[in-house]
Amino acid sequence: MLSFLGSLGRYSLFKLSSLGRSTLIFFHSIFVIPNIVKTFPLLISQVYFVGVQSVIIIIVSGLFIGMVLGLQGFNILKDFMATGSLGSLVSLAIIRELGPVVTALLFAGRAGSALTAEIGQLKASEQLSAMEMMAVDPLRRVIAPRFWAGMISMPILSILFCLVGIYGGKLVGVDWLGLDDGIYWSSMQASVDALKDLGPMVIKALVFGFVCTWIALFNGYDCKPTSEGISRATTATVVQSSLAVLGLDFVLTALMF
Amino acid sequence: MKYIKAEILVGLFVLLGIIASVVLALKVAGLVLDSDTQSYKLYAKFENIGSLRLRAPVRIGGVLIGRVSNISLDKQSLTPVVELSIEQQYNQISSESKAAIQTSGIIGEQYISITPGFYDEDMGSEYFKDGDYFTDTGSALVLEDLISKFVFNSSQDKKEDQKVADEQDKE
Repeated sequence: MLSFLGSLGRYSLFKLSSLGRSTLIFFHSIFVIPNIVKTFPLLISQVYFVGVQSVIIIIVSGLFIGMVLGLQGFNILKDFMATGSLGSLVSLAIIRELGPVVTALLFAGRAGSALTAEIGQLKASEQLSAMEMMAVDPLRRVIAPRFWAGMISMPILSILFCLVGIYGGKLVGVDWLGLDDGIYWSSMQASVDALKDLGPMVIKALVFGFVCTWIALFNGYDCKPTSEGISRATTATVVQSSLAVLGLDFVLTALMF
Repeated sequence: MKYIKAEILVGLFVLLGIIASVVLALKVAGLVLDSDTQSYKLYAKFENIGSLRLRAPVRIGGVLIGRVSNISLDKQSLTPVVELSIEQQYNQISSESKAAIQTSGIIGEQYISITPGFYDEDMGSEYFKDGDYFTDTGSALVLEDLISKFVFNSSQDKKEDQKVADEQDKE
C-alpha cells in the first residue's frame, strides 16, 4: 500500500515538475524582446520548413476529405430529396470540425515529430549546451522561431484545407453527380456565417497550432539525450498532440458553438 | 536585394493564406463588403415568430430588401417584436403593407415576406418612415400546430364515421 502511494506520488510529482518546466521554458522563450534583424531569417526558414512543406499534404488530404463528404452526403441527402443542402453540409462539416482538426493531426505528424527529433538530436549531440557556452540562448535561438512558425503556419494551413475541401465537395457533387452549381454555393452562403463559423475556425487553428508546436518543442527539449530517448520523445509528441487536439476540439466546440 | 528561395516560398505561402481566407469569406460565407449601405428600421409585432432568427432575410416578392436586425419581447403585451433593417433605396413601402413570416420550402429557413399595400395620397396613406410599426402582420406557420390540427380533425372524422357505421349496422 505504502509503495503504491509512494509510486503514485513520485509519478505525480514527476508529471507536475515536467509541466512546470514546460511553462517556465515557454515564458523564457516567448516573452522576450525579439531581435527582429537576427531572428527574422530564422523565423523565415522555420515557416518554410513547418508551413510551406506541409502545403502539399494538406491540400491532397483536404481535397479527398471534401470529395468523400460530397459523395457520402449526396447519396444520403438524395433519399430525403434534399441534395440542395449538400453545400451547407460539406462547408459546415469542414469549417467547423474537420478543417482545423485534421490539419492539426497532419501537422502533428508531419511537422511536430520532425521538430521533436531535430531538437532532441541537437540536445543529444550537445549542441544546445554548446550554444549556452557561447552565450547564445538556445531558447531564443532554437525554440522561439519554431514556435512562432507553428503559430503562423497552422491557421494558414487550416484555411487552405477548408477551401480545398469545399472545392473537393463541389467537384464531386456538382461536376460529377450533377447538382446545380448555384444551389451548391447559395446553400453554403446561407448557412455559413463569417463571424460565427470562420472566426471559431481560425481560433481553433491557433489553439491547435499552439498545442501541437508546444508539445513537440517541449518533448524535444526535455528528452533523454540518447537515440532511444529521441525516438520515445517523437512518439510521445504524436500521441500527446493527437489526444490534446481531439480533446480540446470538443471543449472549444462546446464553448464556441 | 536578393532573396533566398525559402523567403520567396514563404511569401507565396502567406499570400496564398490571405487569398484563401478572402475567398472563404466572400464565396463561402457570402460576406458582403458594402456593409455601410444606408438602412432604416421598421418594427413588426407578431403573435408567434416560430424559429425566425437574426439576419433572416426580408423580402418583397422574393427580392431581398433587408434583414432582421433584432428580435425582442415586448414586456407589456408579451408579444415578440422584430426589428427589420431595410435598405434605404427601398423607402417607398406603403404603411398599409403586410409583414408575414414565411418558410422557404417545407423545412427551409424562415424569412419575412412583405406584401406591398396600396398607396393613395387622397386616402391619407403614407410611406413607412424610420421607426414605424407594421399594423398588419401574419405569424409564422408552425408545422407542429398544423399537424396536430390535422391529426385531431381526422381522428374526429373517423369517430364520426364509426358512429354512422354503427348506427347503420343497428338498423
